[in-house]
Amino acid sequence: MNNSGNMSRSGLGSLVVIAAVLGGAAAAFAYTAGWLSPGRLTPERMIAALAPPGGAPLGHRRNHAKGICFTGVFEANGNGRALSRAKVFERGNYPALGRFNLGTADPNAVDATVRVRGLGLQITAGGEEWRMAMINPPFFAVSTPQSFHDLLIASGKKDPDAMKTFIQANPEFAAFATWAKTAPWTASYAEEPYHGLNSFIFTDAEGGEHAVRWSLLPAAPVVPISQTELEKRGPDFLEQEIVERVRASGPQRWTMVTTVADPGDPTADPSKAWPEGRRTVQVGTLVVQQIEQERDGPCRDINFDPTVLPRGIRLSDDPFPAARSSVYRKSYDLRAAEASDYPRTGTAKP
Amino acid sequence: MNNEAHRFAPIQRLLHWLMAACIIAMLFIGVGMVSTVTPEYPSLILIHETLGVTLLLLVAIRLALRLHYGAPRLPADLPHAIRLAARLSHLALYGFMIIMPLLGLGMLWAAAYPVVLLGGIQIPALLPQSDRAHTLLWNSHVYLGFTFFALVLLHVAAALFHALIRRDGVFRSIAPLPLRNTTAPAE
Ligand code: HEM
Ligand code: HEM
Ligand code: HEM
Repeated sequence: MNNSGNMSRSGLGSLVVIAAVLGGAAAAFAYTAGWLSPGRLTPERMIAALAPPGGAPLGHRRNHAKGICFTGVFEANGNGRALSRAKVFERGNYPALGRFNLGTADPNAVDATVRVRGLGLQITAGGEEWRMAMINPPFFAVSTPQSFHDLLIASGKKDPDAMKTFIQANPEFAAFATWAKTAPWTASYAEEPYHGLNSFIFTDAEGGEHAVRWSLLPAAPVVPISQTELEKRGPDFLEQEIVERVRASGPQRWTMVTTVADPGDPTADPSKAWPEGRRTVQVGTLVVQQIEQERDGPCRDINFDPTVLPRGIRLSDDPFPAARSSVYRKSYDLRAAEASDYPRTGTAKP
Repeated sequence: MNNEAHRFAPIQRLLHWLMAACIIAMLFIGVGMVSTVTPEYPSLILIHETLGVTLLLLVAIRLALRLHYGAPRLPADLPHAIRLAARLSHLALYGFMIIMPLLGLGMLWAAAYPVVLLGGIQIPALLPQSDRAHTLLWNSHVYLGFTFFALVLLHVAAALFHALIRRDGVFRSIAPLPLRNTTAPAE
């Protein structure tokens, strides 16, 4: 039945065919995995670029590593239904989980040394989750994920020309640098606005689509403070302050405002603010009711991935949420695996 | 079950090739998506999760059909060790087809990350959040994924060996189209 004994030319040819199929498949796999393209911007390279000189913060978020968790509610006023059919905009109260944080990869950074403050948020409505991570500057520092990577590399270099070269190649960074120099500092997470910056598409009940960005605007009056004055209050002042503020004065509030793009507004570039005068809709209020433990609390194992969206909200042509999702996933994988480097205590101070 | 049959039932053949194409796609999408930050990333993840869960349903059907129809006998002149290797490797392939989607789902559940498939289908979490469980499941999904790929390559090599060199009717037994029997097996 078999053709044994006749391992002839055709047999050899067949072996070559088999080897070629296997070799080709393995090569295609390696290529797809990026093993043959060291230039590809992978989440690993982004994570490596984020690492401070002292090394990555094991067990911690690879960026916005310092922070403090909270729980509360999102009070939707129903106005958002005009823009999106997402359940979270139906009038009602929905549980919220979030985290105030500092835009640094150092979990022990001194508060007054970190310019960018952020807020991670998860709202659960009708069994669907909406996650986001927002920051206090009104526009992002750069136009593309690649230039964010280049910025991290340039700012990590000792060579003073590195930043100059970077700014020449990425002139949009100038606006951010101006913001960083001139925007007032505050002594409270509660006094900061938090901007989503990225553009998303809202779909209303009739199927109409609206490109939007959103912000959380604080109800607390803003009291500017100098950076030096803030530094004097101590390295962890912001955490202590928010704990004390919520304990003494009760829940803290932010109004969520969505801004609707006019046709032609730049949706793909979060470094470009939209012109004044765009339609805005106040869709609800974030109420921070309780400060939770950071180390042992409910935010620790949450990835505030901005692509986790309810039906009625979807991604736009903005390339950032996709890039962030990929990098946040990697950051999560790493920090979860390194949990023993940042052990839970069961008794940590909030 | 009919041991005398020389071929798998048509539905078994159909599923074999359909799933083979999907699994190979899954392996490539898997390593491709975790190495990119481009705007394709979310769609790749969505396809990976949707197709992965679909494959889990398909493998259940496939196993039921396998129990019902059985498989054709391997050629009688195959050495004993090779038969054993064939049987074990097929068992392992079935194992991977079952375990890989479960690991993928479990890893997301343990991360408290919602699983929402194409069409908005939500899969509720059956595991509590746990960084330990996440790490174990994630590592298993990654390393078993690579092992799965290696085994598929081996399986393809064996299949081609049967088809091109031994020409013993094994390939024909699962060939997608009723190939004409050019090899005149001893009958
Ligand atoms: C490509 C650009 C970006 C990269 C590579 C990046 C990277 C990261 C990483 C690795 C984390 C930690 C994630 C985790 O382990 O859970 C993080 C957290 C965060 N990012 Fe980004 N980010 C980018 C853009 C942005 C933008 C545009 C914003 C604001 C609009 C932002 C705001 C935040 C905030 C607020 C957090 C903290 C969330 C939390 O508390 O878990 N990031 N980022
Ligand atoms: C991801 C890809 C694949 C998987 C998971 C897979 C899985 C399997 C399994 C589990 C069996 C055993 C059937 C049984 O006894 O119930 C089988 C049989 C077979 N497969 Fe595949 N397969 C894949 C791809 C391929 C490819 C690409 C080829 C051909 C180049 C191939 C050729 C064969 C052949 C010839 C048999 C019949 C073996 C026999 O009669 O015992 N398979 N496959
Ligand atoms: C036949 C089934 C499946 C196969 C063969 C498969 C294969 C793979 C491979 C090869 C990777 C890349 C691993 C790496 O290089 O890091 C991967 C990653 C991943 N898979 Fe799957 N997968 C399957 C099913 C699923 C399912 C059902 C889900 C979820 C519902 C899933 C979710 C994921 C996720 C989230 C990742 C990224 C992991 C990370 O790095 O965080 N997979 N998969």
